[in-house]
Amino acid sequence: MANTGQSAPIMARSGLSEAAFAWLLISPALLFIGVIVAWPLAETIRLSFTNATLGGEEYIGLANYAELLSSPKFYDTVGRTFYWMFLSVSLKLVMGLIGASLLNAALPGKALFRILVMPPWVIPVAIGVIGWKWMYNGYFGLISGLLQEFGIIQDRVALLATKTSAFYSAVVTDVWVGTPMVTLFFLAAMQGVSRDLYEAAWVDGARRWYRFRRITIPQIMPVIVSMALLSAIWTFNSFEIIWILTEGGPRGATTTLIIDTYKVAISSQRFGEGAARAVVIVALLALFSLAYLYFLNRVNRHYGAK
Amino acid sequence: MMIDRLNIWQKIGLYIATFIFLLFILMPFIEMFRVSLRPMSHLMTADFTWWSEDFSWQAYRDMWVTVPLLGRYIFNSVFIALCVTVATMVVVIPGAYAYARLEFPFKSLSLGGFLAVNMFTGAVLLIPLYRVLRQLSLLNTYWAMIIPGVAFLIPTGIWLLRSYLEKIPRELEEAAYVDGASRLYTLRRVVIPLAVPGMIVVSTSVFIGAYAQQFLFAITFNNVRELQPLPAGLFEFIGYQDTTWNEMMAAALTGVLPVLVFFLFLQKYLVAGLTAGAVKE
Repeated sequence: MANTGQSAPIMARSGLSEAAFAWLLISPALLFIGVIVAWPLAETIRLSFTNATLGGEEYIGLANYAELLSSPKFYDTVGRTFYWMFLSVSLKLVMGLIGASLLNAALPGKALFRILVMPPWVIPVAIGVIGWKWMYNGYFGLISGLLQEFGIIQDRVALLATKTSAFYSAVVTDVWVGTPMVTLFFLAAMQGVSRDLYEAAWVDGARRWYRFRRITIPQIMPVIVSMALLSAIWTFNSFEIIWILTEGGPRGATTTLIIDTYKVAISSQRFGEGAARAVVIVALLALFSLAYLYFLNRVNRHYGAK
Repeated sequence: MMIDRLNIWQKIGLYIATFIFLLFILMPFIEMFRVSLRPMSHLMTADFTWWSEDFSWQAYRDMWVTVPLLGRYIFNSVFIALCVTVATMVVVIPGAYAYARLEFPFKSLSLGGFLAVNMFTGAVLLIPLYRVLRQLSLLNTYWAMIIPGVAFLIPTGIWLLRSYLEKIPRELEEAAYVDGASRLYTLRRVVIPLAVPGMIVVSTSVFIGAYAQQFLFAITFNNVRELQPLPAGLFEFIGYQDTTWNEMMAAALTGVLPVLVFFLFLQKYLVAGLTAGAVKE
């Protein structure tokens, strides 16, 4: 950041100032984001104060928000979304840590294992979810079949048909989709940890588990922390997985905010009401991110390390 | 190294744990493959069994009849992802260069703004996005699936590529300036060639993003069958009483196979890309 002085001779040459040239270079990106993200966002906010449908729109003030805030069902949805996010993200982080540690071990064959962990991440999410949808079915699905075989359940069970099992089934699939990427990020971070630290600890007689807790975890903490936030945002907005498995059912058991928004705005074309929900999502995520970063900052300051 | 040495029990334990972990990751694919080999009538009537005598490749022949546009779907998926990748890189390269090398007002603020885009996914902005695309008469065209994809991949692309560009020694560029090269010439002839490995990494991860998440935009902004990408095309056949699951699984596996094989060759770059992005910050 402190290299302004170095580029002075560059500035001197051409007619364009450095700042103007920089803005010229980022202008295509700005234009894209402006048209596809910023303007639609502003438009979403505007629409949330209207009763827009396909037919037309009319300004109705805060009516959409008032309706949301007075609906117990909506609070359920918000609560469910946060529960979905916390559960799924925690599991992804745990699975990622376990996976990365396994793939990082000095085992013959680790190169192959690293390749084998990738498929769920590099294929279209929807394709993997179609596979899960099959596995969850009650008549001839793998999971029901295995549970019967091991005598855990007596009868066939259609996992997506009852409320509780549908929700946790969706969580498992979401964790499955997210785990490879988290694993590979953590693996990359673990490989960046200096070997000297491990060797020094080893010479001092530190055992593996101790080295993992006292060296690996603190060293890759920055990656864990940023991955947790990114993953939380993605999981909060995760659409395809739930949509393909259950479309938010049965009886709303898997309806998160994003599913609710899609149903209202796109399926029933009540744009105004849908927009209000979208604004709530953005506001909640912004608040969550700020709170997260704020606490992170305090924790960092407390421990005196970045 | 002594420090890495594992005794035989530790090794066995680690192999078992790795096996279980990978089984979780690969189970859906194994199961999809198993289903694709069995005749539909047996799948629906019999209880669950691991192995049966009736394995055949029949579904891999029938799927082309049941899903007449399968070839087209596979092509569309790759085509859309490629277009998104090229368009994203064209926008990302100059942007990342500006953030890596130049000083300008509102630099960190605008970078923060770009990164905040990560907070929205297409799903949040679908309504106005639908209207924008309708106004530009882009609904039901490839563009309707390409343009939104590009916008949401730009921020991460800039972020990743910037960390690569920062590693290129500044002296090389300064030498070019001293020799009288213009800025654009320097960008084209000095910076870009040196940044090629980084650009491969970044475009690979952009391609993954574009390939993995085409479903939402496709089912929302496009209803022309001939233009649907693979997941949206297959989704039409799924969830009914008479879904021929074995053929769907065969089609899904066949559809992703080309890209999967391609990634096997690129996996070195994938991991390198993560290292750059993850370890840096």
